[in-house]
Amino acid sequence: MKRRTLLTTTAAATAMALSFGSAALAEAEVTAGFIYIGPPGDGGWTYEHDQARQKMEAHFDGKVKTVYQENVPESADAERAITQMALSGADIIFTTSFGYMDPTNAVAAKFPNVKFEHATGYKREHPNVTTYSARFYEGRAIQGHIAGKMTKTNKIGYIASIPIPEVIRGINSAYIHAKRVNPDVEFSIVWLYTWFDPAKEADAARALIENGADVVLQHTDSTAPQAAAQEAGGVITFGQASDMYDYAPMPRVSSIIDDWAPYYIERVQAVIDGTWESQDTWDGIGKGMVGIGEITDAVPADVKAEALAMKDALASGEYHAFTGPINKADGTAWLAEGETASDGDLLGMNFYVEGITAEVPN
Amino acid sequence: MDLSSINPALLVASIMISATPILLAAIGEMVVEKSGVLNLGVEGMMITGAVVGFAVAVTFTSPLLGFAAAALAAAALSLSFAVLTQYLLSNQVATGLGLTLVGLGLSSLIGKPYEGMKAVTLPKLDIPILSDLPILGTMLFRHDIMVYVSLLLVALVWAFLKYTRAGLILRAVGESHDSAHALGYKVVRVRVLAILFGGACAGLGGAYLSLVRVPQWTEGMTAGAGWIALAIVVFASWRAGRVMIGAYLFGGVTVLQLNLQAAGAAVPVALLSASPYLITILVLVTISARGVHGAPASLGRPFHASS
Repeated sequence: MKRRTLLTTTAAATAMALSFGSAALAEAEVTAGFIYIGPPGDGGWTYEHDQARQKMEAHFDGKVKTVYQENVPESADAERAITQMALSGADIIFTTSFGYMDPTNAVAAKFPNVKFEHATGYKREHPNVTTYSARFYEGRAIQGHIAGKMTKTNKIGYIASIPIPEVIRGINSAYIHAKRVNPDVEFSIVWLYTWFDPAKEADAARALIENGADVVLQHTDSTAPQAAAQEAGGVITFGQASDMYDYAPMPRVSSIIDDWAPYYIERVQAVIDGTWESQDTWDGIGKGMVGIGEITDAVPADVKAEALAMKDALASGEYHAFTGPINKADGTAWLAEGETASDGDLLGMNFYVEGITAEVPN
Repeated sequence: MDLSSINPALLVASIMISATPILLAAIGEMVVEKSGVLNLGVEGMMITGAVVGFAVAVTFTSPLLGFAAAALAAAALSLSFAVLTQYLLSNQVATGLGLTLVGLGLSSLIGKPYEGMKAVTLPKLDIPILSDLPILGTMLFRHDIMVYVSLLLVALVWAFLKYTRAGLILRAVGESHDSAHALGYKVVRVRVLAILFGGACAGLGGAYLSLVRVPQWTEGMTAGAGWIALAIVVFASWRAGRVMIGAYLFGGVTVLQLNLQAAGAAVPVALLSASPYLITILVLVTISARGVHGAPASLGRPFHASS
């Protein structure tokens, strides 16, 4: 039973007035809407989208109003929520979870004059739909390197959310780089089938730690695994989507930070200028969409230096996180020596790389 | 498949932590239902307890104070249910559902400033001798105080219902409120007290989630635990001992499936994730099929002295 209250930073009435196009009444030129999977207080994924929303609003200094709706399930509710937002006068709507892919496209068909921006998806069925995502796997590569170097039990726990290419890519990238520096490393992967459920995330972290993992990577949105790792002691974690610096220097030794603000500013500017077009954006560390949070002193200096070198190489494009030789888990060859993965392969990734013993759930 | 990485002692310890919130809520609800009242607002009372407990614990840096406040807040919420159903004779099912909705909304309102804060959690007890026992020490004797409180509560409720006169009166009210009334017992008063007790227990269960099991406040964090508690009361056919078994079984399956995944068991993950719910449904069906439910005869029926 999620709340479906439309929370607005401005009065809802303002949004309504805008929808009738009465420019005289409206001070803001553009209304930007956001659909969130969790609450902005999750400290992770939704938190960063909300921070970016606020920065974007501040950047335009009154020219842009924003509205958002939180805790929107990836179900039929999503379509209702997006429709409602389009009806109430939003000019551009950012839908910020993978599961909003079909609802976003369905609503986009009904509102050709509203621009839709779907995060982490790949479907652009209408000219008013754009997709955008970040190359989180680049950050995962750095995590994998630090994890492989720092694990003493050679067991790395991975709290996975929903089996989609995005998540599988992260697991593969972390595994490849952990394995490269530590051939004995093993991955235990726990699937929760949710992006956000603190109690489950905490239980999962405990289960992994009890099974011998001394590094816990997470692809879920809350800080609950960090709290569980802190309680257990001697376990390291990485902030996910947000810095989660409250848990530094231990257990959180670094983090992947999503920085959406420049992108949101650019896209809303395009709406104001009338230059908005459907496109696909997939930026990584190089463009600043993926940030690597401060690596704390819990990490040995040499490992930290290597991690930062890898970050620079990834940023400059000199190194690709998926560089051959890499085989698939079933033993078939995927990338030859020196070959790098194509974006198409990465976007549709539905297999583990060689060495991960688990099976990808359907 | 290599399951050797699962440490049975740690597994049992985790199960106890995972089961405690639903055990607390379920034992309270059982007393409520024993008095003949069906309160479907457990989820709402739990989450209210979770947020108030967290807020008070953080403000005064005292987890125990947090638990006390959680019990009080949830009991206060249940009082509104008591007034509506016992004095104004509203429909119990509808009022209970309303209570859940109110609790969920109210809790996210109260909880806004506390999102992302770290909890002050309960210390693990270090019981002399017992905690140092091999295996058993880790398994049973290194928990925080609330785990033992919950078990003690089960024992007390059992003894209360079975051996005390007050317990007998409560059961009489639940079985036949007209007869109890004819004998001169205050039906409404007994029921209100039972509802308050149920509320307080649900509040404790919620606070256990936000202060120990997770431990932090996030909106909607009970994620259906209150409904599981309701199911467990039926599962237990309204018996205290079986409530405990039910809660531990559910907590057990939840934790076990995560452990099996972590250990790399070759079982479909989707099936493992759904297993706690599947097992709950399965047991409920089995119990219904047997025909003997043990439900209090006046459960859910409104009472007024004039009837």
